[in-house]
Amino acid sequence: MPLLRNGALSDDEWQRVADDAASLPAGAAVIVSFTRFRAERETLLARNAPMGVLLKNIDPVEELGPDGARFALIALEFPKFSDGRAYSQARLLRERYGFTGELRATGQVLPDQLHHMRRCGFDAFELAKGEPLEAWRRALHTFTAVYQPTGDGRIPVSALRRRLFAAAAD
Amino acid sequence: MYRYDEYDHAFVAERVAQFRDQVRRRLAGELTEDEFKPLRLQNGLYLQLHAYMLRIAIPYGTLSSKQFRMLAHIARRYDRGYGHFTTRQNLQFNWIRLEDAPDALADLAKVEMHAIQTSGNCIRNVTADHWAGVAIDEIEDPRIWCEIIRQWSTVHPEFSFLPRKFKIAVTGSPNDRAAVRVHDIGLRMLRDEQGEPGFEVIVGGGLGRTPMIGKTIRAFLPKQDLLSYLEAIMRVYNRYGRRDNIYKARIKILVHEIGAEEMRRQVEEEWEQIRGGALDLPQDVIDGIARHFAPPPYQVQPVFAPETERLRFEDRDFALWLRSNVVPHRQPGYAIVNLSLKPEGAPPGDSSAAQMDAVADLADAYSFGEIRVTHEQNLVLPHVAVADLPAVWRGLVRIGFATPNLGLVSDIIACPGLDYCALANARAIPVAQRISTRFADLARQHDIGELKIKISGCINACGHHHVGHIGILGVDKNGTEFYQITLGGHAGDDVSLGSIVGPAVPADQVVEAIESLVDTYLKERRDGERFLDTYRRVGTAPFKERLYAPA
Ligand code: HEM
Ligand code: SF4
Repeated sequence: MPLLRNGALSDDEWQRVADDAASLPAGAAVIVSFTRFRAERETLLARNAPMGVLLKNIDPVEELGPDGARFALIALEFPKFSDGRAYSQARLLRERYGFTGELRATGQVLPDQLHHMRRCGFDAFELAKGEPLEAWRRALHTFTAVYQPTGDGRIPVSALRRRLFAAAAD
Repeated sequence: MYRYDEYDHAFVAERVAQFRDQVRRRLAGELTEDEFKPLRLQNGLYLQLHAYMLRIAIPYGTLSSKQFRMLAHIARRYDRGYGHFTTRQNLQFNWIRLEDAPDALADLAKVEMHAIQTSGNCIRNVTADHWAGVAIDEIEDPRIWCEIIRQWSTVHPEFSFLPRKFKIAVTGSPNDRAAVRVHDIGLRMLRDEQGEPGFEVIVGGGLGRTPMIGKTIRAFLPKQDLLSYLEAIMRVYNRYGRRDNIYKARIKILVHEIGAEEMRRQVEEEWEQIRGGALDLPQDVIDGIARHFAPPPYQVQPVFAPETERLRFEDRDFALWLRSNVVPHRQPGYAIVNLSLKPEGAPPGDSSAAQMDAVADLADAYSFGEIRVTHEQNLVLPHVAVADLPAVWRGLVRIGFATPNLGLVSDIIACPGLDYCALANARAIPVAQRISTRFADLARQHDIGELKIKISGCINACGHHHVGHIGILGVDKNGTEFYQITLGGHAGDDVSLGSIVGPAVPADQVVEAIESLVDTYLKERRDGERFLDTYRRVGTAPFKERLYAPA
């Protein structure tokens, strides 16, 4: 599956392991399910290799909360593009629990959602189907103005206006 | 009026470009209809029985004459020369070609309009009291708050793929004219003990197949906390609203299932985490938006205008019109003029391009170029000098928008029904037309007094039948159109949902049935009682008895 990171296609060094796979490949960067993480928390956190976790969009991010920082990657799922629960999970992970690793979108990920996903904190995207890279590039620059403050640090229009007022008043 | 600045202009232009690209990809087969559907819906484009339908947002129902002329232009250029005003303060064009949609949207963008978020599972066009800024009983102009919400909700990154559509309404008056208790979120402005304005926050109202009255989850919310509180509600809904069944996906079902108390707890808990943060509304930002809604430069006007008074005595039609369609304005010497888009026997809410142009001209000459759209499918000229009323009336008579029937039995709301809508069970517009023709006698209408009839072509309730004093719902019985009648619904502050009177009646008996209900009311009413008052006093029984009495 093609992976988009930093505006370019990129190789994926991560392996997903099934819940019933007995042992994890030593030294490899692996992604486990949240269910497995819950069951084997101590062992997994003690592992000496990059750890990733995949949350279903009904898994409670609150529970991962403080442990989030110990992962290098968290993947969130879009079972259908129209199911937007993972947007809330993403913002909570970034803005409330301070997660700074890779936040990856998986499932049905389409160019028309890229703007929303990036604003919610996603920075890696498993591309659902073979859209030309060009469509993804264009989607990166859909909107120059944004109206909401989120954790992505972009300055919303209301704040830009305040600066204009302040400059005019000077 | 709100004017776009460079940011808003850039945003809407980018949105049109984005949609043009999406349409191109759809036409080229790069997008499947399934993938395209949510994208076109977020740009107001529906696929209907006969063609695409374009739904244009009229934020909080306010329009300039220039915008109105553009709507006329779009009606001529891309449609069949008319448009349809809806109960959601939107305008619908029923005959748009997919290829033309990006051009129509580009034309709209030239006058600071768009169709963004008029459909789809996102936060929809925010609606307000149509007398905002001019009503005597107003605390604050609700459009300031609608505009703040509109901006915050525009392409909201977290809340664009909600379980279901989401409708917010704001009223700036204690007298609710925006039906705030039947919206997903209703905001009702009030004052706290110190006299500071803020909001009562009502959640989980709605119509549709399971009508519910919203619950107050916060009795008073300070203004600067509005957006953080809304974000908290939306986050709880986005995470926990049901997605397994579209009929159970609205927030009203979540509130119903977990209870208003638990909903309040979850919202407040989320809010505690984000209040006072980046969404806090500083006073200067509020003021910056509020400046757009400053009153127009009113002139000193006589409160008593001789020509207006003379005509009132001489012309019965003008007098009737003053009585039902003209209401007091907060500025002395001015009046609010309501245009009836319900002339005898016509489809409710339709307007031709020529009528739109004429309204725009009247607005320029007599209403500071401003027009309002109401959720009862009518229009308003919000600032008319009392002395200009005769001229405005004559202009409206000429285009057929002066029927003196506001709030009366022929001022009917009807959804598109089987004439346009793919979901309909039965026709709605022709039923409205027949009732309106039967009750054409204006003297009789005025004698009957306030009576709101609302008609929906199916259980989705786009015609608000649940809150009609008389509600009419189209149902299908073995392939024939029947109509179920409800009584006693009301959308005001003392909101109530209608109760079914009895078995549904066949299409050819609906008008007789309404006649019978009205007769019962006239027989039962006491001095000064409106239809609703009488119904509330006597209940369904006498109405039912007469309606189903063997002939
Ligand atoms: C013509 C195509 C239309 C379609 C396919 C359509 C579809 C629907 C559906 C499916 C619902 C039920 C939503 C739910 O309960 O979850 C609904 C509700 C509603 N629609 Fe429409 N509609 C159409 C036109 C209109 C028009 C013309 C208006 C305004 C006159 C309108 C205003 C409303 C309102 C006010 C509701 C009920 C309030 C609520 O959402 O709880 N719709 N519509
Ligand atoms: S109430 Fe039913 S028939 Fe009427 S517009 Fe809505 S979906 Fe269509």
